[in-house]
Amino acid sequence: MSNSLGNISTIAKRELSAYFASPVAYVFIVIFLLLTGFFTFMVGGFFERNEASLISFFLWHPWLYLFLVPAVGMRVWSEEQRQGTIELLMTMPITPWQAIMGKFLASWAFLALALALTFPVVVTVKYLGNPDLGVVAGGYIGSFLLAGAYLAITCLTSALTRNQVIAFIISVVVCLFLILAGWPPVTNILTKALPDNRWVVELVSAFSVMTHFEDFQRGVVDSRHLLFFLSVIGFSLFSTSVALRSLRS
Amino acid sequence: MIKVENLTKTFGPKVAVNDVSFTVERGEVLGFLGPNGAGKSTTMRMVTGFLPPTAGRVTIGTHDMLEDPVPAKRLIGYLPESAPCYSDMTVHGFLSFAAEIRGLRGDAIKKAVHRAVEMCFLENVLHQSVDTLSKGYRHRTCFAQSIIHDPEILVMDEPTDGLDPNQKHEIRQLIKRMGEKKAIIFSTHILEEVEAACTRAIIIDLGKVVANGTPQELKRKAPNAGAILLRVSGVAAEAVTGKLRAVDGAERVQLVKDENGTVTARVFPKSSSNGEFSKAVGAAAQGWRVEELHIEEGKLDEYFRSITASDTAKK
Repeated sequence: MSNSLGNISTIAKRELSAYFASPVAYVFIVIFLLLTGFFTFMVGGFFERNEASLISFFLWHPWLYLFLVPAVGMRVWSEEQRQGTIELLMTMPITPWQAIMGKFLASWAFLALALALTFPVVVTVKYLGNPDLGVVAGGYIGSFLLAGAYLAITCLTSALTRNQVIAFIISVVVCLFLILAGWPPVTNILTKALPDNRWVVELVSAFSVMTHFEDFQRGVVDSRHLLFFLSVIGFSLFSTSVALRSLRS
Repeated sequence: MIKVENLTKTFGPKVAVNDVSFTVERGEVLGFLGPNGAGKSTTMRMVTGFLPPTAGRVTIGTHDMLEDPVPAKRLIGYLPESAPCYSDMTVHGFLSFAAEIRGLRGDAIKKAVHRAVEMCFLENVLHQSVDTLSKGYRHRTCFAQSIIHDPEILVMDEPTDGLDPNQKHEIRQLIKRMGEKKAIIFSTHILEEVEAACTRAIIIDLGKVVANGTPQELKRKAPNAGAILLRVSGVAAEAVTGKLRAVDGAERVQLVKDENGTVTARVFPKSSSNGEFSKAVGAAAQGWRVEELHIEEGKLDEYFRSITASDTAKK
Protein backbone atom coordinates (compact mmCIF):
# COMPACT_ATOMS: atom_id res chain seq x y z
CA MET A 1 0.00 0.00 0.00
CA SER A 2 2.70 2.47 1.03
CA ASN A 3 4.62 1.25 -1.99
CA SER A 4 1.74 2.15 -4.27
CA LEU A 5 1.40 5.60 -2.68
CA GLY A 6 5.14 6.05 -3.12
CA ASN A 7 4.86 5.24 -6.82
CA ILE A 8 1.90 7.59 -7.26
CA SER A 9 3.77 10.41 -5.56
CA THR A 10 6.92 9.78 -7.64
CA ILE A 11 4.87 10.04 -10.83
CA ALA A 12 2.99 13.07 -9.53
CA LYS A 13 6.19 14.86 -8.55
CA ARG A 14 7.65 14.34 -12.02
CA GLU A 15 4.46 15.52 -13.63
CA LEU A 16 4.24 18.66 -11.52
CA SER A 17 7.87 19.53 -12.14
CA ALA A 18 7.18 19.13 -15.86
CA TYR A 19 4.55 21.87 -15.62
CA PHE A 20 6.91 24.26 -13.92
CA ALA A 21 9.91 23.37 -16.10
CA SER A 22 8.27 25.18 -19.00
CA PRO A 23 6.55 28.57 -19.13
CA VAL A 24 3.20 26.78 -19.54
CA ALA A 25 2.46 26.79 -15.81
CA TYR A 26 3.13 30.48 -15.36
CA VAL A 27 1.29 31.50 -18.51
CA PHE A 28 -1.67 29.41 -17.45
CA ILE A 29 -1.82 30.82 -13.94
CA VAL A 30 -1.53 34.42 -15.14
CA ILE A 31 -4.20 33.98 -17.78
CA PHE A 32 -6.50 32.17 -15.39
CA LEU A 33 -6.19 34.93 -12.80
CA LEU A 34 -6.63 37.73 -15.35
CA LEU A 35 -9.71 36.09 -16.84
CA THR A 36 -11.34 35.33 -13.48
CA GLY A 37 -10.71 38.94 -12.47
CA PHE A 38 -12.09 40.29 -15.72
CA PHE A 39 -15.23 38.17 -15.64
CA THR A 40 -15.88 38.70 -11.93
CA PHE A 41 -15.49 42.44 -11.88
CA MET A 42 -16.20 43.64 -15.43
CA VAL A 43 -18.68 41.17 -16.88
CA GLY A 44 -20.19 39.66 -13.77
CA GLY A 45 -21.00 43.03 -12.22
CA PHE A 46 -19.39 42.28 -8.86
CA PHE A 47 -19.87 45.83 -7.58
CA GLU A 48 -23.27 46.44 -9.18
CA ARG A 49 -24.69 43.47 -7.31
CA ASN A 50 -23.96 45.29 -4.09
CA GLU A 51 -23.81 42.12 -2.05
CA ALA A 52 -21.03 40.41 -0.15
CA SER A 53 -20.98 37.21 -2.18
CA LEU A 54 -18.84 35.51 -4.76
CA ILE A 55 -21.71 34.60 -7.08
CA SER A 56 -20.25 36.66 -9.89
CA PHE A 57 -16.90 34.91 -9.32
CA PHE A 58 -17.98 31.26 -9.38
CA LEU A 59 -20.60 31.87 -12.08
CA TRP A 60 -17.89 31.91 -14.75
CA HIS A 61 -15.89 28.93 -13.64
CA PRO A 62 -17.65 26.30 -15.78
CA TRP A 63 -16.98 28.47 -18.84
CA LEU A 64 -13.42 29.40 -17.98
CA TYR A 65 -12.51 25.82 -17.18
CA LEU A 66 -14.07 24.76 -20.45
CA PHE A 67 -10.97 26.01 -22.26
CA LEU A 68 -8.34 26.21 -19.57
CA VAL A 69 -8.60 22.72 -18.08
CA PRO A 70 -8.29 20.89 -21.43
CA ALA A 71 -5.30 23.14 -22.12
CA VAL A 72 -3.66 21.85 -18.95
CA GLY A 73 -4.66 18.22 -19.37
CA MET A 74 -4.26 17.66 -23.11
CA ARG A 75 -0.59 16.79 -22.83
CA VAL A 76 -0.93 14.30 -19.99
CA TRP A 77 -1.05 11.13 -22.10
CA SER A 78 -0.71 12.30 -25.68
CA GLU A 79 2.73 13.72 -24.98
CA GLU A 80 3.83 10.38 -23.52
CA GLN A 81 2.70 8.67 -26.68
CA ARG A 82 4.26 11.21 -29.01
CA GLN A 83 7.62 11.11 -27.27
CA GLY A 84 7.50 7.36 -26.79
CA THR A 85 8.12 7.72 -23.06
CA ILE A 86 4.97 5.70 -22.46
CA GLU A 87 7.11 2.69 -23.31
CA LEU A 88 9.40 3.56 -20.40
CA LEU A 89 6.55 4.33 -18.06
CA MET A 90 4.65 1.11 -18.77
CA THR A 91 7.73 -1.07 -18.35
CA MET A 92 8.57 0.42 -14.95
CA PRO A 93 7.61 -1.68 -11.90
CA ILE A 94 4.37 0.21 -11.34
CA THR A 95 0.77 -0.57 -12.22
CA PRO A 96 -1.03 1.44 -14.92
CA TRP A 97 -3.40 2.69 -12.19
CA GLN A 98 -0.56 4.21 -10.25
CA ALA A 99 0.60 6.06 -13.35
CA ILE A 100 -2.93 7.25 -14.15
CA MET A 101 -3.57 8.42 -10.60
CA GLY A 102 -0.18 10.08 -10.27
CA LYS A 103 -0.62 12.04 -13.45
CA PHE A 104 -4.21 12.98 -12.68
CA LEU A 105 -3.47 14.09 -9.11
CA ALA A 106 -0.51 16.18 -10.22
CA SER A 107 -2.56 18.08 -12.78
CA TRP A 108 -5.41 18.44 -10.32
CA ALA A 109 -3.03 19.83 -7.70
CA PHE A 110 -1.78 22.29 -10.28
CA LEU A 111 -5.33 23.46 -10.98
CA ALA A 112 -5.93 23.68 -7.22
CA LEU A 113 -2.91 25.93 -6.95
CA ALA A 114 -4.25 28.22 -9.67
CA LEU A 115 -7.62 28.27 -7.92
CA ALA A 116 -6.03 29.01 -4.56
CA LEU A 117 -4.25 31.99 -6.07
CA THR A 118 -7.66 33.66 -6.57
CA PHE A 119 -7.68 34.34 -2.82
CA PRO A 120 -7.49 38.15 -3.35
CA VAL A 121 -11.11 37.98 -4.52
CA VAL A 122 -12.08 36.53 -1.14
CA VAL A 123 -9.99 39.15 0.63
CA THR A 124 -11.70 41.88 -1.38
CA VAL A 125 -15.19 40.72 -0.59
CA LYS A 126 -14.28 40.24 3.05
CA TYR A 127 -12.91 43.77 3.14
CA LEU A 128 -15.97 45.28 1.50
CA GLY A 129 -18.63 43.41 3.35
CA ASN A 130 -19.43 40.48 5.52
CA PRO A 131 -19.72 37.42 3.31
CA ASP A 132 -20.76 33.98 4.54
CA LEU A 133 -17.41 32.18 4.48
CA GLY A 134 -19.17 28.81 4.50
CA VAL A 135 -20.77 29.70 1.19
CA VAL A 136 -17.41 30.81 -0.18
CA ALA A 137 -15.83 27.51 0.94
CA GLY A 138 -18.66 25.57 -0.70
CA GLY A 139 -18.04 27.45 -3.94
CA TYR A 140 -14.36 26.63 -3.84
CA ILE A 141 -15.01 22.95 -3.18
CA GLY A 142 -17.47 22.85 -6.07
CA SER A 143 -15.08 24.65 -8.36
CA PHE A 144 -12.26 22.27 -7.44
CA LEU A 145 -14.44 19.23 -8.15
CA LEU A 146 -15.62 20.77 -11.41
CA ALA A 147 -12.02 21.26 -12.51
CA GLY A 148 -11.31 17.64 -11.52
CA ALA A 149 -14.20 16.35 -13.62
CA TYR A 150 -13.08 18.31 -16.70
CA LEU A 151 -9.51 17.20 -16.10
CA ALA A 152 -10.42 13.51 -15.88
CA ILE A 153 -12.31 13.82 -19.16
CA THR A 154 -9.29 15.49 -20.74
CA CYS A 155 -7.03 12.70 -19.43
CA LEU A 156 -9.27 10.23 -21.22
CA THR A 157 -9.26 12.04 -24.56
CA SER A 158 -5.53 12.56 -24.29
CA ALA A 159 -5.06 8.81 -23.81
CA LEU A 160 -6.98 8.25 -27.03
CA THR A 161 -4.72 10.28 -29.30
CA ARG A 162 -1.10 11.29 -29.61
CA ASN A 163 -2.21 14.63 -31.02
CA GLN A 164 -2.64 17.27 -28.34
CA VAL A 165 -4.82 19.52 -30.49
CA ILE A 166 -7.30 16.73 -31.11
CA ALA A 167 -7.30 15.88 -27.41
CA PHE A 168 -8.01 19.53 -26.63
CA ILE A 169 -10.87 19.91 -29.09
CA ILE A 170 -12.61 16.67 -28.11
CA SER A 171 -12.33 17.55 -24.42
CA VAL A 172 -13.82 20.98 -25.01
CA VAL A 173 -16.73 19.47 -26.92
CA VAL A 174 -17.46 16.87 -24.23
CA CYS A 175 -17.20 19.43 -21.43
CA LEU A 176 -19.37 21.83 -23.40
CA PHE A 177 -22.01 19.14 -23.63
CA LEU A 178 -21.81 18.68 -19.86
CA ILE A 179 -22.43 22.40 -19.45
CA LEU A 180 -25.17 22.82 -22.03
CA ALA A 181 -27.20 19.83 -20.85
CA GLY A 182 -28.17 21.82 -17.79
CA TRP A 183 -27.77 25.39 -18.97
CA PRO A 184 -31.09 27.25 -18.55
CA PRO A 185 -31.37 28.43 -22.21
CA VAL A 186 -31.04 24.80 -23.35
CA THR A 187 -33.27 23.29 -20.69
CA ASN A 188 -35.91 25.93 -21.47
CA ILE A 189 -35.96 24.87 -25.12
CA LEU A 190 -36.26 21.23 -24.08
CA THR A 191 -39.07 22.03 -21.65
CA LYS A 192 -40.99 23.84 -24.39
CA ALA A 193 -40.39 21.06 -26.90
CA LEU A 194 -41.46 18.33 -24.50
CA PRO A 195 -44.03 19.91 -22.20
CA ASP A 196 -45.51 16.55 -21.14
CA ASN A 197 -42.23 14.80 -20.54
CA ARG A 198 -40.55 16.71 -17.79
CA TRP A 199 -38.51 13.63 -16.86
CA VAL A 200 -36.56 13.82 -20.14
CA VAL A 201 -35.42 17.31 -19.31
CA GLU A 202 -34.54 16.26 -15.81
CA LEU A 203 -32.65 13.23 -17.01
CA VAL A 204 -30.59 15.27 -19.47
CA SER A 205 -29.85 18.02 -17.01
CA ALA A 206 -28.85 15.49 -14.36
CA PHE A 207 -25.79 14.85 -16.51
CA SER A 208 -24.86 18.49 -16.49
CA VAL A 209 -22.13 19.94 -14.33
CA MET A 210 -24.22 23.13 -14.08
CA THR A 211 -27.00 21.43 -12.15
CA HIS A 212 -24.50 20.00 -9.70
CA PHE A 213 -22.28 23.04 -9.43
CA GLU A 214 -25.19 25.37 -8.57
CA ASP A 215 -25.73 24.05 -5.06
CA PHE A 216 -22.06 24.37 -4.23
CA GLN A 217 -22.22 28.06 -5.19
CA ARG A 218 -24.97 28.48 -2.65
CA GLY A 219 -22.75 26.85 -0.05
CA VAL A 220 -24.54 23.51 -0.02
CA VAL A 221 -22.18 20.53 -0.11
CA ASP A 222 -24.67 17.81 -0.99
CA SER A 223 -23.43 14.23 -1.10
CA ARG A 224 -25.36 13.63 -4.36
CA HIS A 225 -23.44 16.35 -6.11
CA LEU A 226 -20.20 15.16 -4.56
CA LEU A 227 -20.99 11.71 -5.84
CA PHE A 228 -21.71 13.06 -9.29
CA PHE A 229 -18.33 14.74 -9.69
CA LEU A 230 -16.44 11.87 -8.13
CA SER A 231 -18.15 9.37 -10.39
CA VAL A 232 -17.37 11.45 -13.50
CA ILE A 233 -13.74 11.44 -12.37
CA GLY A 234 -13.78 7.74 -11.54
CA PHE A 235 -15.47 6.73 -14.76
CA SER A 236 -13.14 8.84 -16.91
CA LEU A 237 -10.01 7.54 -15.23
CA PHE A 238 -11.22 3.96 -15.51
CA SER A 239 -11.88 4.53 -19.22
CA THR A 240 -8.38 5.99 -19.47
CA SER A 241 -6.93 2.72 -18.22
CA VAL A 242 -9.02 0.81 -20.76
CA ALA A 243 -7.90 3.17 -23.53
CA LEU A 244 -4.25 2.80 -22.59
CA ARG A 245 -4.53 -0.97 -22.53
CA SER A 246 -6.30 -1.24 -25.88
CA LEU A 247 -3.72 1.07 -27.37
CA ARG A 248 -1.04 -1.49 -26.65
CA SER A 249 -2.77 -4.59 -27.92
CA MET B 1 16.45 -15.66 -16.20
CA ILE B 2 14.40 -14.94 -19.30
CA LYS B 3 12.19 -17.65 -20.68
CA VAL B 4 10.10 -17.01 -23.75
CA GLU B 5 7.71 -19.72 -24.85
CA ASN B 6 5.73 -19.80 -28.08
CA LEU B 7 5.35 -16.06 -28.13
CA THR B 8 2.94 -14.82 -30.81
CA LYS B 9 1.67 -11.36 -31.55
CA THR B 10 -0.79 -10.36 -34.23
CA PHE B 11 -1.88 -6.86 -35.15
CA GLY B 12 -5.18 -7.36 -36.93
CA PRO B 13 -4.46 -9.74 -39.79
CA LYS B 14 -0.71 -9.12 -39.63
CA VAL B 15 1.38 -11.63 -37.72
CA ALA B 16 4.29 -9.68 -36.28
CA VAL B 17 5.79 -12.41 -34.12
CA ASN B 18 5.09 -16.05 -34.79
CA ASP B 19 5.76 -18.74 -32.20
CA VAL B 20 9.09 -17.46 -30.91
CA SER B 21 10.78 -19.35 -28.07
CA PHE B 22 14.18 -18.88 -26.45
CA THR B 23 15.84 -18.61 -23.07
CA VAL B 24 18.59 -16.39 -21.76
CA GLU B 25 20.55 -17.31 -18.65
CA ARG B 26 22.71 -15.20 -16.39
CA GLY B 27 26.09 -14.63 -18.01
CA GLU B 28 24.66 -14.73 -21.50
CA VAL B 29 24.46 -11.91 -24.01
CA LEU B 30 21.89 -12.74 -26.64
CA GLY B 31 22.09 -10.87 -29.90
CA PHE B 32 18.77 -10.45 -31.61
CA LEU B 33 19.19 -10.11 -35.34
CA GLY B 34 16.81 -9.61 -38.18
CA PRO B 35 15.91 -7.35 -41.06
CA ASN B 36 13.74 -4.30 -40.41
CA GLY B 37 10.19 -5.29 -39.59
CA ALA B 38 11.14 -8.85 -38.69
CA GLY B 39 9.53 -8.57 -35.26
CA LYS B 40 12.56 -7.78 -33.10
CA SER B 41 11.07 -4.74 -31.38
CA THR B 42 7.67 -6.37 -30.95
CA THR B 43 9.31 -9.36 -29.25
CA MET B 44 11.28 -7.09 -26.93
CA ARG B 45 8.18 -5.12 -26.10
CA MET B 46 6.47 -8.33 -25.05
CA VAL B 47 9.48 -9.48 -23.03
CA THR B 48 9.48 -6.20 -21.11
CA GLY B 49 5.72 -6.28 -20.59
CA PHE B 50 4.89 -3.25 -22.69
CA LEU B 51 2.79 -5.23 -25.16
CA PRO B 52 0.63 -8.13 -24.04
CA PRO B 53 1.25 -11.19 -26.24
CA THR B 54 -1.56 -12.67 -28.33
CA ALA B 55 -0.38 -16.11 -27.27
CA GLY B 56 2.56 -17.59 -25.42
CA ARG B 57 4.28 -16.81 -22.18
CA VAL B 58 7.16 -14.72 -20.88
CA THR B 59 8.77 -15.66 -17.58
CA ILE B 60 11.24 -13.29 -15.95
CA GLY B 61 13.16 -14.91 -13.11
CA THR B 62 10.33 -16.83 -11.47
CA HIS B 63 7.60 -14.32 -12.35
CA ASP B 64 5.13 -14.61 -15.19
CA MET B 65 5.02 -11.28 -17.02
CA LEU B 66 1.25 -11.38 -17.53
CA GLU B 67 0.20 -12.56 -14.10
CA ASP B 68 2.84 -10.94 -11.96
CA PRO B 69 4.05 -7.93 -13.95
CA VAL B 70 5.38 -5.64 -11.22
CA PRO B 71 7.96 -8.01 -9.68
CA ALA B 72 8.91 -9.17 -13.18
CA LYS B 73 9.44 -5.61 -14.37
CA ARG B 74 11.50 -4.83 -11.29
CA LEU B 75 14.21 -7.22 -12.54
CA ILE B 76 14.46 -5.64 -15.98
CA GLY B 77 16.23 -2.60 -17.32
CA TYR B 78 14.89 -1.60 -20.72
CA LEU B 79 16.21 0.63 -23.46
CA PRO B 80 13.43 1.11 -26.04
CA GLU B 81 14.19 1.51 -29.72
CA SER B 82 13.95 5.28 -30.06
CA ALA B 83 15.61 5.90 -26.66
CA PRO B 84 12.76 8.05 -25.35
CA CYS B 85 13.45 10.47 -22.49
CA TYR B 86 11.29 13.06 -20.78
CA SER B 87 12.52 16.05 -22.72
CA ASP B 88 11.31 18.60 -20.18
CA MET B 89 13.69 17.32 -17.51
CA THR B 90 17.42 17.68 -16.96
CA VAL B 91 19.58 14.58 -17.31
CA HIS B 92 20.04 14.53 -13.56
CA GLY B 93 16.32 14.98 -12.91
CA PHE B 94 15.42 12.25 -15.36
CA LEU B 95 17.87 9.75 -13.89
CA SER B 96 16.78 10.57 -10.34
CA PHE B 97 13.18 9.99 -11.37
CA ALA B 98 14.13 6.65 -12.95
CA ALA B 99 15.94 5.62 -9.75
CA GLU B 100 13.03 6.65 -7.56
CA ILE B 101 10.41 4.86 -9.60
CA ARG B 102 12.66 1.79 -9.44
CA GLY B 103 12.19 1.91 -5.69
CA LEU B 104 15.47 3.54 -4.63
CA ARG B 105 15.29 6.19 -1.92
CA GLY B 106 17.50 8.90 -0.46
CA ASP B 107 21.23 8.27 -0.67
CA ALA B 108 20.76 5.21 -2.85
CA ILE B 109 19.33 7.47 -5.57
CA LYS B 110 22.39 9.72 -5.50
CA LYS B 111 24.73 6.76 -5.65
CA ALA B 112 22.83 5.08 -8.47
CA VAL B 113 22.71 8.28 -10.54
CA HIS B 114 26.41 8.87 -9.95
CA ARG B 115 27.29 5.34 -11.02
CA ALA B 116 25.14 5.44 -14.17
CA VAL B 117 26.44 8.86 -15.13
CA GLU B 118 30.00 7.63 -14.84
CA MET B 119 29.35 4.47 -16.83
CA CYS B 120 27.67 6.37 -19.64
CA PHE B 121 29.97 9.44 -19.68
CA LEU B 122 27.23 11.97 -18.98
CA GLU B 123 29.11 14.26 -16.56
CA ASN B 124 29.27 17.10 -19.08
CA VAL B 125 25.55 17.30 -19.66
CA LEU B 126 24.30 16.38 -16.20
CA HIS B 127 22.40 19.60 -15.63
CA GLN B 128 21.38 20.18 -19.22
CA SER B 129 17.78 19.81 -20.28
CA VAL B 130 17.21 16.58 -22.24
CA ASP B 131 15.71 18.35 -25.26
CA THR B 132 18.94 20.31 -25.83
CA LEU B 133 21.03 17.13 -26.03
CA SER B 134 22.53 15.71 -29.20
CA LYS B 135 21.28 12.34 -30.33
CA GLY B 136 24.24 10.45 -28.92
CA TYR B 137 23.87 11.98 -25.48
CA ARG B 138 20.13 11.42 -25.51
CA HIS B 139 20.70 7.81 -26.34
CA ARG B 140 23.23 7.42 -23.57
CA THR B 141 20.86 9.12 -21.13
CA CYS B 142 18.20 6.54 -21.89
CA PHE B 143 20.84 3.83 -21.64
CA ALA B 144 21.82 5.17 -18.20
CA GLN B 145 18.17 5.01 -17.20
CA SER B 146 18.06 1.31 -18.08
CA ILE B 147 21.02 0.39 -15.86
CA ILE B 148 20.25 2.79 -13.01
CA HIS B 149 19.02 0.05 -10.65
CA ASP B 150 21.75 -2.40 -11.66
CA PRO B 151 19.16 -4.83 -13.03
CA GLU B 152 19.73 -8.54 -13.37
CA ILE B 153 18.22 -8.46 -16.83
CA LEU B 154 18.85 -5.92 -19.55
CA VAL B 155 16.76 -5.64 -22.67
CA MET B 156 18.10 -3.19 -25.23
CA ASP B 157 16.60 -2.38 -28.59
CA GLU B 158 19.38 -1.21 -30.88
CA PRO B 159 21.60 0.18 -28.13
CA THR B 160 24.24 1.53 -30.50
CA ASP B 161 21.89 3.15 -32.98
CA GLY B 162 22.83 6.75 -33.72
CA LEU B 163 26.15 6.65 -31.87
CA ASP B 164 29.51 7.54 -33.35
CA PRO B 165 32.11 4.77 -33.79
CA ASN B 166 33.86 5.54 -30.50
CA GLN B 167 30.64 5.50 -28.57
CA LYS B 168 29.57 2.30 -30.32
CA HIS B 169 32.78 0.64 -29.24
CA GLU B 170 32.34 1.92 -25.69
CA ILE B 171 28.77 0.66 -25.41
CA ARG B 172 29.70 -2.74 -26.85
CA GLN B 173 32.47 -3.10 -24.29
CA LEU B 174 30.04 -2.10 -21.58
CA ILE B 175 27.49 -4.68 -22.71
CA LYS B 176 30.14 -7.36 -22.85
CA ARG B 177 31.37 -6.49 -19.36
CA MET B 178 27.89 -6.40 -17.88
CA GLY B 179 27.00 -9.61 -19.67
CA GLU B 180 29.28 -11.58 -17.36
CA LYS B 181 26.90 -11.08 -14.45
CA LYS B 182 23.57 -10.33 -16.10
CA ALA B 183 21.24 -11.78 -18.66
CA ILE B 184 21.20 -9.45 -21.64
CA ILE B 185 19.20 -9.32 -24.83
CA PHE B 186 20.00 -6.73 -27.40
CA SER B 187 18.83 -6.27 -30.93
CA THR B 188 20.90 -4.87 -33.72
CA HIS B 189 21.32 -5.06 -37.43
CA ILE B 190 25.03 -4.45 -37.25
CA LEU B 191 26.48 -7.92 -37.53
CA GLU B 192 29.97 -7.11 -36.34
CA GLU B 193 28.36 -6.10 -33.07
CA VAL B 194 27.13 -9.62 -32.56
CA GLU B 195 30.60 -11.03 -32.94
CA ALA B 196 32.02 -8.35 -30.68
CA ALA B 197 29.63 -8.65 -27.78
CA CYS B 198 27.33 -11.70 -27.94
CA THR B 199 27.69 -15.16 -26.54
CA ARG B 200 24.73 -16.30 -28.59
CA ALA B 201 22.66 -14.97 -31.46
CA ILE B 202 19.15 -15.47 -32.71
CA ILE B 203 18.14 -14.52 -36.20
CA ILE B 204 14.50 -13.71 -36.66
CA ASP B 205 12.77 -13.18 -39.97
CA LEU B 206 9.10 -12.54 -40.75
CA GLY B 207 8.31 -13.08 -37.09
CA LYS B 208 9.99 -16.47 -36.84
CA VAL B 209 13.27 -17.65 -35.38
CA VAL B 210 15.33 -18.93 -38.30
CA ALA B 211 18.65 -19.47 -36.55
CA ASN B 212 19.89 -19.80 -32.98
CA GLY B 213 23.50 -20.44 -31.97
CA THR B 214 26.83 -18.95 -31.02
CA PRO B 215 28.23 -16.44 -33.53
CA GLN B 216 30.87 -19.08 -34.47
CA GLU B 217 28.24 -21.71 -35.17
CA LEU B 218 26.26 -19.32 -37.31
CA LYS B 219 29.33 -18.21 -39.21
CA ARG B 220 30.14 -21.82 -40.03
CA LYS B 221 26.78 -22.09 -41.74
CA ALA B 222 27.57 -19.26 -44.13
CA PRO B 223 27.64 -20.39 -47.77
CA ASN B 224 31.34 -19.61 -48.13
CA ALA B 225 32.41 -21.16 -44.85
CA GLY B 226 35.01 -23.86 -45.34
CA ALA B 227 35.84 -22.80 -48.88
CA ILE B 228 39.45 -22.09 -49.73
CA LEU B 229 40.32 -18.71 -51.12
CA LEU B 230 43.34 -18.58 -53.37
CA ARG B 231 44.93 -15.53 -54.93
CA VAL B 232 47.74 -15.95 -57.43
CA SER B 233 49.40 -13.67 -59.94
CA GLY B 234 50.99 -14.23 -63.32
CA VAL B 235 48.68 -17.06 -64.38
CA ALA B 236 45.68 -17.01 -66.69
CA ALA B 237 42.31 -17.34 -65.01
CA GLU B 238 41.30 -20.38 -67.09
CA ALA B 239 44.45 -22.22 -66.11
CA VAL B 240 43.79 -21.58 -62.44
CA THR B 241 40.14 -22.64 -62.45
CA GLY B 242 40.92 -25.63 -64.64
CA LYS B 243 43.61 -26.94 -62.36
CA LEU B 244 41.60 -26.28 -59.21
CA ARG B 245 38.58 -28.14 -60.56
CA ALA B 246 40.79 -31.17 -60.94
CA VAL B 247 41.78 -31.09 -57.28
CA ASP B 248 40.61 -34.17 -55.42
CA GLY B 249 37.53 -33.40 -53.35
CA ALA B 250 36.69 -30.09 -55.02
CA GLU B 251 33.02 -29.62 -55.70
CA ARG B 252 33.11 -26.38 -57.64
CA VAL B 253 35.35 -23.44 -58.29
CA GLN B 254 34.24 -19.84 -58.28
CA LEU B 255 36.25 -17.16 -60.01
CA VAL B 256 36.04 -14.18 -57.68
CA LYS B 257 38.19 -11.65 -59.46
CA ASP B 258 40.52 -11.45 -62.45
CA GLU B 259 42.33 -8.13 -62.48
CA ASN B 260 45.77 -6.85 -63.53
CA GLY B 261 47.13 -10.34 -63.84
CA THR B 262 45.98 -11.33 -60.35
CA VAL B 263 43.41 -14.09 -60.14
CA THR B 264 41.29 -14.74 -57.08
CA ALA B 265 39.34 -17.98 -56.93
CA ARG B 266 37.33 -19.88 -54.35
CA VAL B 267 37.26 -23.67 -54.15
CA PHE B 268 34.36 -25.35 -52.40
CA PRO B 269 35.03 -28.81 -50.96
CA LYS B 270 32.54 -31.65 -51.38
CA SER B 271 32.37 -32.45 -47.71
CA SER B 272 33.19 -30.08 -44.90
CA SER B 273 36.67 -28.73 -45.22
CA ASN B 274 39.61 -30.50 -43.66
CA GLY B 275 43.36 -30.24 -43.64
CA GLU B 276 43.72 -32.79 -46.49
CA PHE B 277 41.72 -30.66 -48.85
CA SER B 278 43.62 -27.47 -48.16
CA LYS B 279 46.87 -29.36 -48.65
CA ALA B 280 45.60 -30.65 -51.99
CA VAL B 281 44.72 -27.12 -53.06
CA GLY B 282 48.14 -25.95 -51.90
CA ALA B 283 49.77 -28.70 -53.97
CA ALA B 284 47.78 -27.67 -57.03
CA ALA B 285 48.98 -24.12 -56.60
CA GLN B 286 52.61 -25.17 -56.63
CA GLY B 287 54.53 -23.21 -59.21
CA TRP B 288 52.21 -20.23 -59.15
CA ARG B 289 53.03 -17.05 -57.34
CA VAL B 290 50.59 -17.46 -54.42
CA GLU B 291 49.69 -14.20 -52.70
CA GLU B 292 46.99 -15.53 -50.48
CA LEU B 293 45.69 -18.93 -49.48
CA HIS B 294 43.36 -19.52 -46.59
CA ILE B 295 40.28 -21.36 -45.43
CA GLU B 296 37.32 -19.01 -45.16
CA GLU B 297 35.63 -19.14 -41.80
CA GLY B 298 32.43 -17.67 -43.19
CA LYS B 299 30.91 -14.33 -42.52
CA LEU B 300 27.87 -13.69 -40.40
CA ASP B 301 26.40 -11.25 -42.88
CA GLU B 302 26.60 -13.83 -45.67
CA TYR B 303 24.73 -16.29 -43.53
CA PHE B 304 22.27 -13.58 -42.54
CA ARG B 305 21.56 -12.75 -46.17
CA SER B 306 21.20 -16.38 -47.11
CA ILE B 307 18.44 -17.09 -44.59
CA THR B 308 16.48 -13.86 -44.33
CA ALA B 309 14.20 -12.38 -46.92
CA SER B 310 15.15 -8.78 -47.30
CA ASP B 311 12.20 -6.44 -47.61
CA THR B 312 13.73 -5.04 -50.80
CA ALA B 313 13.80 -8.41 -52.56
CA LYS B 314 10.81 -10.54 -53.41
CA LYS B 315 10.75 -13.94 -51.88
